[in-house]
Amino acid sequence: MKNPEEIYELLKKEFNETIFGLDKDTPVENIISVDPMNIHKIGAFLKDNEELKFDSLMVLSGVDDANGTKVKDEDGTEVITGGTLSVYYHLHSTVLKHKITIKTSAPRENPEVESVYDVWRTSDWHEREAFDMFGIIFKNHPDLTRILMPYDWDAGYPLRKDYKNPEFYQGMKVPY
Amino acid sequence: MALKTESMILNMGPQHPSTHGVLRLELEIEGELILSVKPHIGYLHRCFEKHAEAMTYPQVIPYTDRLDYLAAMGNNFGYVVAAERLMGIQVPERVEYIRVIMAELQRIASHLVAIATNGADIGALTPFLYLFRDREYILTLFEMTCGARMLYNYMWIGGLSHDIHPDFVRKTKEFINHFRPTVVELNNLLTFNKIFIERTANIGVLPVDTAINIGASGPVLRGSGLAFDVRREDPYSIYDKLEFDIPVGQGMVGTVGDCWDRYYVRVLEMEQSLRIIEQLIDSIPDGDVQSAIPKRIKPPKGTVYGRVENPRGELGYFIISDGNLNPFRVKVRAPSFVNLELMGELCKGHLVADVIAILGSLDIVLGEIDR
Repeated sequence: MKNPEEIYELLKKEFNETIFGLDKDTPVENIISVDPMNIHKIGAFLKDNEELKFDSLMVLSGVDDANGTKVKDEDGTEVITGGTLSVYYHLHSTVLKHKITIKTSAPRENPEVESVYDVWRTSDWHEREAFDMFGIIFKNHPDLTRILMPYDWDAGYPLRKDYKNPEFYQGMKVPY
Repeated sequence: MALKTESMILNMGPQHPSTHGVLRLELEIEGELILSVKPHIGYLHRCFEKHAEAMTYPQVIPYTDRLDYLAAMGNNFGYVVAAERLMGIQVPERVEYIRVIMAELQRIASHLVAIATNGADIGALTPFLYLFRDREYILTLFEMTCGARMLYNYMWIGGLSHDIHPDFVRKTKEFINHFRPTVVELNNLLTFNKIFIERTANIGVLPVDTAINIGASGPVLRGSGLAFDVRREDPYSIYDKLEFDIPVGQGMVGTVGDCWDRYYVRVLEMEQSLRIIEQLIDSIPDGDVQSAIPKRIKPPKGTVYGRVENPRGELGYFIISDGNLNPFRVKVRAPSFVNLELMGELCKGHLVADVIAILGSLDIVLGEIDR
């Protein structure tokens, strides 16, 4: 069983500059931030390393950080430019009983994150959901399609903070 | 010369009595044989997570009821456990006792539905009626406590919406005495029924390594033989002080991890839930159930992932707080959402009729899959 600092040290030793830091200000969880384009490698290390053995991905969540510049549209809705979208990975080792949270952020305009599909199969539908809700592109995911919204939904990504309901969907008025 | 054959696509659902809600399964079949299954979900999508961002923390609770509507107590429990951990609230003993009793009663009620519909889907209608009769007892207990039969809004951050009814303890004991013989009856009627075993044994076998890798939880994972239970693994509330066994699938009539094992784990779990309730029911401490509810619920900046063992598996809430009255982000890790992914793996090589048995044994609720 390792505490977050030890896990952070291990990762830092192995991956150096692709590990950005350890956030210790949060009251409950400590979060390690990593580089979005190296998450697959880091994930595989976290899973296979003898001292870590994170064999279970409890949840993968997309988050809109809403930390860009916010401009009010003429109709009162907010438009956000710049800033980041993030993905949180909550890992648990069923063997060694420790937990860690990994966070990776990608720019809002080009949110590309590596898929961890072949490390933890759990991430399959969770990544599709994050794509569906936030438009985060998971590189190398075998079937990155919408999952909860209709397949032909073209009005954007509902869980983004600046999402605006479309006026029409398939010729039907929304809200009807 | 070989005959030219071609696979066929068959849509099961969205309106189909045995899909337990609005689910569409796209089956690729060759004759009666399944080549692949692709679930299409989202028909009940109402974007609970977006709603949650526009509401204060206590206002989210009624919405959590509607995720897994067959186990609403468990959903409330998960949310308040996560929120309390973020805020650092210690709830009184009395509240913990009542919460656990309610959650275990809910587990029995939910498993009763799972078992009943699993049987009914493959043709055994009689147990369905027997089990729904017994579920009614539990729903009456809940109604007595908080006035609602299915969607309770009972557990609040720091406390409960109502104290238990003066008759609650007596009636719960009555229920336990009434229910024990029913399980024996159920075993005679359905569990060891020759026809039921023929339909479920050796069907949809889930190897334990696949189960872990896909992230299955609850009876689905335990049916494959791994004793993983969040109540034991990552104890919350007072579960670390309670005695209970974790039943696992043993392949009694077929292979470990088949539909029958998943079914039988649920039957055994009901007995364990009764055991937990018996340990608590006589020693509920005195006190006020609302004393620890904060006046203003405004968690500090930070994130939390709280998980509980719902009847269907590991239910987790990931909450991000930015220090305001509304959560910045709520993400639900729904057990059925992950378990349904298994359909593709489990159905390969089986017959179309087995799809019904396999889906029934996974026990999904579309309310929490689509959220």
